[in-house]
Amino acid sequence: MSEYYAMNSAQKLLYNLKKGILGFPKAFVSFFRNLFRGLGRFGKNLAKGIGRYLAGFAAGDLRTKGSYIIMGLGHIGRGQTAKGILYLVLQILFNLYMIGFGAPILGKFFYGFFTGGTIGNVPMTEVWDENLQDFVRNTPDNSFKVLLYGILTIIVIVLFLALYFSSVRQSRKLEAMKKAGLRPTDLKADVADLMDNRFHVTLLSLPMLGLFVFTVVPLITMILIAFTNYDASHEVPKNLFSWVGLQNFSNILGGNSKLSSTFMRVLGWTLTWAFFATFTNYFGGMILALLINKKGIRFKKLFRTFFVVTIAVPQFVSLMIVSKMLSYGDTMEMSGIITQMLSSLFGYELKFGVNLLQTRVCIILVNMWIGIPYSMLICTGILMNIPADLYESARIDGAGPVRAFFKITLPYMLFVTGPYLITQFIGNINNFNVIYLLTGGAPGDLTKYSSGAQGTDLLITWLYNLSFGNNRDYKLASVIGILVFVISAVFSLLVYNRSAAVKKEDEFQ
Amino acid sequence: MRNNENKTGSQRARTIAANTVVYIVLGVLNLIWILPMVYLVAQSFRGEPGAWSSTFFPQTWTLDNYKRLFCETKFLRWYGNTFFVATVSCLITTGFVLAVSYAFSRIRFKARRPMMNVMLVLGMFPGFMSMTAVYFLLKILLPNNYQSLASLIIVYSAGAALGYYVAKGFFDTVPKSLDEAAKIDGATRAQIFWKITIPLSKPIVIYTVLISFIAPWCDFIFVSFIMSGVPDVGMYTVSLGMYKWLEREQIQQYFTTFCAAATVVAIPIVSLFMWLQKYYVEGITGGSVKG
Repeated sequence: MSEYYAMNSAQKLLYNLKKGILGFPKAFVSFFRNLFRGLGRFGKNLAKGIGRYLAGFAAGDLRTKGSYIIMGLGHIGRGQTAKGILYLVLQILFNLYMIGFGAPILGKFFYGFFTGGTIGNVPMTEVWDENLQDFVRNTPDNSFKVLLYGILTIIVIVLFLALYFSSVRQSRKLEAMKKAGLRPTDLKADVADLMDNRFHVTLLSLPMLGLFVFTVVPLITMILIAFTNYDASHEVPKNLFSWVGLQNFSNILGGNSKLSSTFMRVLGWTLTWAFFATFTNYFGGMILALLINKKGIRFKKLFRTFFVVTIAVPQFVSLMIVSKMLSYGDTMEMSGIITQMLSSLFGYELKFGVNLLQTRVCIILVNMWIGIPYSMLICTGILMNIPADLYESARIDGAGPVRAFFKITLPYMLFVTGPYLITQFIGNINNFNVIYLLTGGAPGDLTKYSSGAQGTDLLITWLYNLSFGNNRDYKLASVIGILVFVISAVFSLLVYNRSAAVKKEDEFQ
Repeated sequence: MRNNENKTGSQRARTIAANTVVYIVLGVLNLIWILPMVYLVAQSFRGEPGAWSSTFFPQTWTLDNYKRLFCETKFLRWYGNTFFVATVSCLITTGFVLAVSYAFSRIRFKARRPMMNVMLVLGMFPGFMSMTAVYFLLKILLPNNYQSLASLIIVYSAGAALGYYVAKGFFDTVPKSLDEAAKIDGATRAQIFWKITIPLSKPIVIYTVLISFIAPWCDFIFVSFIMSGVPDVGMYTVSLGMYKWLEREQIQQYFTTFCAAATVVAIPIVSLFMWLQKYYVEGITGGSVKG
């Protein structure tokens, strides 16, 4: 914070911002350097671990050697029988799972991968059966399920291997303890430790399980879809789909001119929207906060409350009612109240959802209505923290309120909320509700857009339509999802670079 | 107050003029902000049928829309469904978020950094990108009723751990010396968590409860996906049911009912929000400043 006190001009602020942007390549490089360093360390540890694993087998007694093949053998009869039986049961379950389900699925999963063919190899067939007088269907492979179950199986294997290595390590330890004449901890002590030294395991296991099953596994599956040709003409379970490598990416980035120009248009509007939405809300909120907190203004709480109502009302209610108020129908009688009033009072024809520019401006205005109260609350909190003596000394030096705003308030706010601005920008790139509920992407223009995209679609609403709407194209949706991720990640790196809170976490506590 | 006495008359007049301008601006802005809500409530009492009206306030006032809402539609069922889903998923979410954020904030273990990094990366993917696969998973886990409220609860709360940032930021500010003192007195980690940290963290607990309780009332993406093609409309939550009323085929018939329903939904949520506003503000400011 001490640098801040020395800084009270807009130039220094600009300098700061510039430093942040110029520092970006460095952050980028250091990210990859750290990544490679991490990988190197991982490889070294892995090699060491394998060495220890093999040496342990050679040096161990018969029981320890046995625990390399049958898990839990090293525990049973060495004071940790219950744990040993648990290991044994888990191993049996794993083997049953692999024989009955895992191995065949993995076979199908990798079959197409190496032959360049379909994922799964039994297509759906219908054979006319004279005796039954009906079509007889086979049980076809479902490419999507093969992908999903394949990922699940791979993860189960990884988890099991981790369990296996830890059990082997423990049996070696138990053998050493026995030789030294020590007693191993019993089950009760192990459980008690889960409430103390290993409390994080207790805290994290359930949330992480949920995250794993319902976020990680589905996400990996959907990412893999980007490398297949899964779309409306390869709908499961009627058809199988296959791996196509990077085809979809090259199509969207230039290979297919119609598609790539659509993508560039949608991306352009997404970034424009995110820019305007972020800045209008931010400065609007700041000005509103300043007005409400101005000295001598009464009923502060009342004023604030009226604004906060828009945060509290569910967005699907507030946005849909506004979208109906703005709507433009075939006749004026079938239009929204705002459109009617603009027409009758000012003679202005607002073609919301028909005229592209008007629609876009309206969206940004409505977003101000939705978002300004939120940033007002945040700005109020920060404004309270600006040291009052700064204003006092500025006043003594003869600075008016406007000057004080540009020399003190604005630099302070930008300094403190820099990371928040970028987070908001990313949030707006992914602002599904405002667009979907207000326009649903309209107006469309088939000469400029393809694959179901429309004039006010963001990447995220386009993705939604491709996954669940009328123009289903799952592979494209997945590619867009990955590209949205890349964009978000690039901007997040900016935050990461700027935010001292991340690096100095421990000093801070 | 001494400053005021020193001011000359013209200065005072300028201050009053400036304040008047601010009052007017704030008044006009307040009016703009509140008008759509007034329109919503007014339309819920409108006697004329149809979706569109040419006047801001209805020409005939009536309670029929509310009568219809409660007697002829499944609205009360939806309300109950949403309340149930919101309560259960709020409990799970709050538990998950507090557990994860406490572990990351207070306990140093080997996998901590990597886990936080992975979660950062996961958070950058669009949330509903994985929905199609989640749908298949739900089919496996709940083969007979995957289109149910249980599915919704799973969808709303399973990934809750990803939203740990705000609570972690709060726990970071709770002095560590308290933990150490308790440890010297022989308390275990779990005891420190329950008896020291949680009682000191009332604002963040309330913030988490508030946010996670309101989420199911506002979401319609996940619910419309989970419930797509369900024949029994009674399975819906309020947001989905009301969303359907504004579709092209239904809007003429149901617009005023929608307004009545929206009013009924908004009143408790807004009151809850106003009541706990202090904690909400603490949560978002704390979270945003730390980035």
